[in-house]
Amino acid sequence: MEQPQYGFWLPPNISTHGAEIDNLISTLHWFMAVLFIGWGLYLVYCLIRFRERPGHEADVTSAPHFVVPKYIEIGIIVIEACLLIFFSAPIWARVKQDFPKESEALIVKVTAEQFAWTIHYPGRDRKFGQLKNELIDGTNPTGLDRNDPNGVDDIISPNILNIPVNQKVIVQLSAKDVIHSFSLPVMRVKQDAVPGMTIPLWFEATQTGKFEIACAQLCGVGHTQMRGFFNVMTSQEYDTWYNEEEKSLLGDAATATEPSGENK
Amino acid sequence: MSHDSHNHTHEHAHSHESHELPFWRKYIFSTDHKVIGLQYGITAIFFLLFGFGLMLLMRWQLAFPKQAIPLIGKLFTEDGVLSPELYNQFGAMHGTIMVFLGVVPLAVGAFGNYLLPLQVGAQDMAFPKLNMMSYWVYFIGGVIMLLSFMTPNGAAASGWTSYPPLSVITNPGTDFWEAMLTGQSMWLLGMVFLITSSLLGSVNTIVTAIQLRVKGLSFMRWPVLVWAQVTTAFLLLLAFPPLEAAGILQLMDRVGGTSFFMPSGLVVSGEAWKASGGGNPILWQHLFWFLAHPEVYVLILPAVGIIGEIIAVNTRKPLYGYKTLIYSILFLGFMSFIVWAHHMFMTGMGVTMSTFFQATTMIISVPSVIILTTYLLTLWGASIRYTVAMLFATAFLPMFAIGGLTGLPLGLTASDIHLHDTYYVIGHFHYVVAPGTLFALMAGVYHWYPKITGRFMNDTLGKIHFWLSVISINGIFMPMFFLGMAGVSRRLYDQTVYAHGVAAQPLNVVMSVSAWILALAQLPFLYNMATSWKWGKKAESNNPWGGTTLEWAASSPPPHENFTTPVEVFRAPYEYSSTKKHLPQFVQEA
Repeated sequence: MEQPQYGFWLPPNISTHGAEIDNLISTLHWFMAVLFIGWGLYLVYCLIRFRERPGHEADVTSAPHFVVPKYIEIGIIVIEACLLIFFSAPIWARVKQDFPKESEALIVKVTAEQFAWTIHYPGRDRKFGQLKNELIDGTNPTGLDRNDPNGVDDIISPNILNIPVNQKVIVQLSAKDVIHSFSLPVMRVKQDAVPGMTIPLWFEATQTGKFEIACAQLCGVGHTQMRGFFNVMTSQEYDTWYNEEEKSLLGDAATATEPSGENK
Repeated sequence: MSHDSHNHTHEHAHSHESHELPFWRKYIFSTDHKVIGLQYGITAIFFLLFGFGLMLLMRWQLAFPKQAIPLIGKLFTEDGVLSPELYNQFGAMHGTIMVFLGVVPLAVGAFGNYLLPLQVGAQDMAFPKLNMMSYWVYFIGGVIMLLSFMTPNGAAASGWTSYPPLSVITNPGTDFWEAMLTGQSMWLLGMVFLITSSLLGSVNTIVTAIQLRVKGLSFMRWPVLVWAQVTTAFLLLLAFPPLEAAGILQLMDRVGGTSFFMPSGLVVSGEAWKASGGGNPILWQHLFWFLAHPEVYVLILPAVGIIGEIIAVNTRKPLYGYKTLIYSILFLGFMSFIVWAHHMFMTGMGVTMSTFFQATTMIISVPSVIILTTYLLTLWGASIRYTVAMLFATAFLPMFAIGGLTGLPLGLTASDIHLHDTYYVIGHFHYVVAPGTLFALMAGVYHWYPKITGRFMNDTLGKIHFWLSVISINGIFMPMFFLGMAGVSRRLYDQTVYAHGVAAQPLNVVMSVSAWILALAQLPFLYNMATSWKWGKKAESNNPWGGTTLEWAASSPPPHENFTTPVEVFRAPYEYSSTKKHLPQFVQEA
């Protein structure tokens, strides 16, 4: 897995939906550039040609009526309407509303807090264990109840989101304390994490690599430090990682039942 | 000048006539709209410099992360490095001070107060005492904001938007007074004063403009600046009360243990938050942006009005499409009330809501484009006189265009996914407000200085100020679009924590150096403004630029109650004749 190349423009895109967003961004910037350069050339021409100088007077006798600007204005309205109706709104609907089937997707919980991300995998039973605020402590940041049968095989991964490539992922996003924003620049994913709400989002990565989770909403004095890791793995790598996590978790549980076993 | 007029530029301390007011009634607790306008102007310029200064310090940290600020760093922290605590405080207070204590008081308080009564031919504002109160309430609000830096944990540090729960849980305090004497509580209290001040001012503006119009000044003969100020006043009047209420609610959450914006089940630093819960943090965002989006137009509309006046005078032409321009301003004002949620696209908004708000956002771009177009078309066939004011006005047009155009990718939800809460947003709104509104306000200072003081500002210093400013300001804000494209979040203390931030870091050095040059470029402006008052070239005429609107009928500076002889309006505001003469509104013969 090599490091992605970053620069002064859009970071590489490795999501299935990101190309549409990038296309819209570049289309918009071409549109803006044409308008700005057009206005700019006209402005510079006017500033030079109609400068005050001996023998030149402002033309106020003929009351000019320009027709071209009206058509430009109508053109702008039509283009903006098209961008909205045919691009922005449908893309938004696909990204934010058309969720994959839960049975086909990997579902994870991501909980933001000052200043870390907790990633919570439901385990092989595909059911999340209950989260209880009173169980929250230094080793259990989201208060996962391990006594809940659904919670026994749940895997908690602090600050590291590992996903397999070419797999649809649904994230259930929430926050414990203040508003954060879950941002994966290479995935063109951004969603505020609001305490008191669980907001779902989904994406699918098309390339493997080591990337970052950024917090995009000011969340306090450690906002800058709220960096998480986002690794897209091949499905073999993912399985290997997952099995190891599961083994260390359930192995721990097994040893805990032994009278002499105390290796935390 | 008649005997009761008072020339500010000359000695006055010794020769007061018996009916004159004492010094403190005349220059401090004055009810004269011109004195209040100047008070607003001077206070606002102080706050603009203060807010700019905060950013100059932050820019060192951004360009050279975790290196000690040279020379003055030790004043702030022991090792001279700007701490993340101070960075967040400076960031929040930079935004608050620039918007609420700098630009709005200068655009509305100073220019509105000084020029609006003159332009409608009134002797003063309709409610002079309310006007005085408006200034002093603003002043108290400003003092509270400044004092908040002195509290044990420093000033507010949750951004100028003060989103709860962050703003509520930061330095909560254990009892009422401890909670009250914190930066955030004082910020909220200060905002209540500032909003109250704006409300008092807006009522005054509306009544003055409508009721005190001089004979012959029908609405469609109003100068564009009057239209802009009245529209602005309606925005202030209708949009600001929700935040005043919301500010008090958040203050209650901080000091009274309520939960208007605090949801249930909050766990802060591993401890359950001790309040009943059941509130909603998104509610604050709705209330805040219901104010703060119209606020954007409060910032920009007076600038649009000022630019209109300056372009008309210096092109020696009527403004193209005056009526279209006015209707666009009104439509812009109306639409500004129904776009606010485009600031909240990432809060979990569904398709219906987001489509509505991006549609209204696209619609609001239409009147903005029309306004720009009418100004551009006015230039056609003109005879452009490049005064310093006109230089700033011509720079305003492309700068405002960049600010407006870059709103498109942010206003469309799909492209906003990548750009939301990045530097792209900061670049966008700074282009609107800094080289947009602030350039217009600087243009206004140069343009009306001879009216206010009877003297011109120095032209050479003005041109130095202009060229240095226009180049360096683009050096600050243009790289922000690239930073935003690269995905760098805003409000980061040190973006080099992230790999994509490291790659884009060189741009931060460019921005910081540009910011420091921009700061130096303001020195000739301040020097010019201060010294020309006494030593500037005298304006022999009351109407040195050949303007057509009513303020040029008054003497310079205008005496108390403005007009020594009755004025009357005979025609539309920008009627220039084909010979080099102009046809002021206040001159009867054609």
